[in-house]
Amino acid sequence: MSNKKNLEVNVHHVTRVEGHGNIYVNVEDGIIERCEWNISEAPRFFEAMVVGRNWNELHHITSRICGICSIGHTLASLKATEAAMGITISDQDLKLRKLALHAENLQSHILHVGFLILPDLMDVGSVIPLASSNPDEVKTVLALHRMANDMSNLICGRTTHPQRLIPGGFSKIPSIKELQNLKDRLKSSVPELEAVANLLKTLAPKIPDFVRETEFIGLKNPNEYALYDGKIASTDTDSAPASEYLSYTNEYVVPQSTAKWAKHNRDSYMVGALARLNINYDKLSPLAKKISGLFGLKPVCHNPFMNSIAQLVEIVHSVEDSIKLINELESTGLEKQSDYNLPNLLVKSGQGVGAVEVPRGILFHDYTYNDEGVCTKANCIIPTNQNHGNIELDLKALLPQILNKSKKEIELNLEMLVRAYDPCISCSTHAVKIHFV
Amino acid sequence: MKPKVAFFDFAGCEGDQLQIANLEEEILDLLGQVEVVSFREVMKEHSDNYDIAFVEGSCTRLQDEDRLKQIRKNASIVVAIGACATIGGINSLKNYQDTDVVKKIVYGENAHLFDTYLARPIDAVIPIDAYVHGCPITKDEFLHVVKSLLLGKKPEIPNYPVCVECKKNENVCAFEREEFCVGPVTRAGCNSCCVNEGTKCWGCRGLVDNPNENSQKEVLVEYGLSVDDAIDKFKLYFGWEKKK
Repeated sequence: MSNKKNLEVNVHHVTRVEGHGNIYVNVEDGIIERCEWNISEAPRFFEAMVVGRNWNELHHITSRICGICSIGHTLASLKATEAAMGITISDQDLKLRKLALHAENLQSHILHVGFLILPDLMDVGSVIPLASSNPDEVKTVLALHRMANDMSNLICGRTTHPQRLIPGGFSKIPSIKELQNLKDRLKSSVPELEAVANLLKTLAPKIPDFVRETEFIGLKNPNEYALYDGKIASTDTDSAPASEYLSYTNEYVVPQSTAKWAKHNRDSYMVGALARLNINYDKLSPLAKKISGLFGLKPVCHNPFMNSIAQLVEIVHSVEDSIKLINELESTGLEKQSDYNLPNLLVKSGQGVGAVEVPRGILFHDYTYNDEGVCTKANCIIPTNQNHGNIELDLKALLPQILNKSKKEIELNLEMLVRAYDPCISCSTHAVKIHFV
Repeated sequence: MKPKVAFFDFAGCEGDQLQIANLEEEILDLLGQVEVVSFREVMKEHSDNYDIAFVEGSCTRLQDEDRLKQIRKNASIVVAIGACATIGGINSLKNYQDTDVVKKIVYGENAHLFDTYLARPIDAVIPIDAYVHGCPITKDEFLHVVKSLLLGKKPEIPNYPVCVECKKNENVCAFEREEFCVGPVTRAGCNSCCVNEGTKCWGCRGLVDNPNENSQKEVLVEYGLSVDDAIDKFKLYFGWEKKK
């Protein structure tokens, strides 16, 4: 009988994810003895590193938490500093920051869906063999990725560790002409996105049909699909302002892994594209809703593998919403500013929380400053950290359902589950490894 | 036969490997010249048989030294990519504080579970053959270093300060705008990209080999700034260099 088998799976350093994570499985006589999701990333201690540093350096330092979501970290950091000191930004800067966030979501989601998930669905180990077997598709994905990166460059200065995003606004802004060119590219990317969606649709039967009910947490805003701003919302409970984040994240340490986990209303919760879609579905742009329908993706979807499809839906939403934002900036015209803009801000003591939806989910930065604007305390809660508990509970629920498959298939399925979350482990400043013996 | 290359990462944000993934179409050209045998961020396959190893991130734990030494043994050329690997980078900010305090701030009562020591660049653990500086690295410099290595040449890396590039770009000097800039002593090669974007140089490429300290002091005096201010700014990226 296949369910009486012995099995040991040690996926050391799951590939095509950002950072180092391990899956440990041990099955004896058909009984699951161990099923664990472990983090082996070296801790970096950002919350200690920023203590003693000036308010106008925090965004630069904490951007380095993650190369992939450095724009999101920068924005969460700026929002926390601005909240602590009561600094407000102009409507124009708000729109430009929303474009910055769209650019990063596009870049990150296209990378994940196109380069990291597609190989699983096409039975290859990476995008490299696809370059010769499916050159047209790969070129389309590369072109979309390049567009997203060019958009980051235009709005933020560069894609990784952006320079233009500073406390109180922007050091430099693009011209209307540059924004119009970007809009044209965004518009012409729509048919390409539809082609990618259709390709994924043909591969959709390979997406595992796995469901485990969980809680989803993300920002919610009455006016839009919440990314830059909103209240903390849950599919289980009422919402609350970002300043009350600790009552949602409830970090705790588990004995078998020293990764800090988070839980709210249940044993774990999920953040990210699927959580956002489950919470904000009504606010998706028209084409995004149509793509969601193509895959039968509707709230509340409890299949974590559908997170990649939710990312695809968000790619389309970000393109459409960016076009809308640029139209609005065009109609009002851009207020001119120096190419070395340095807003004159009143530095004061205070504590503030910045919450932003970044590619992998809701991100919190929380800073306390003294009278000189020197940081005395910091806390950063990263999306992947909030997902660790949910990943492990999903692994535990999935394993019994696939135990009759070959070891290779089991390994692939478990890895695919982890990859669906698009974990960003370097980010998880709280997360760490270690085998308790 | 094409040289085999592998990518590894230690304590860092993986932003440098992302710049390589961001080569977009050029990555296909690069794949015509080398065979990538390990790149965990983008591929499942892995092999320990490689000629060139690219290492990102700082070494922050004793246990990571063994992995680095193994990489050194396997590869004939080891290249450090990004500020964390080349100079210690932002990670070395924690070196200014007591390690036990640092651990306690982040992990509280569980602090004893976490290994860490002074963050250091890769060449503090193993010898390095080439450096790609920056936080993050630039695509152009990465390609220049790879091309040079493939041709068997030593890559040419600027050994003059960022000010040289910044002047050529006709930027308004950051000091004139009441910003504190470390461009006068920081290694060029970034085309003064942060000043071009309206801010200042933060020092991510490390010190030039012979920084002109007198000139930096003159700048400080001219703009009424103190040596303490300067030291504080240098802490951001130069933590390991200053400790040497």
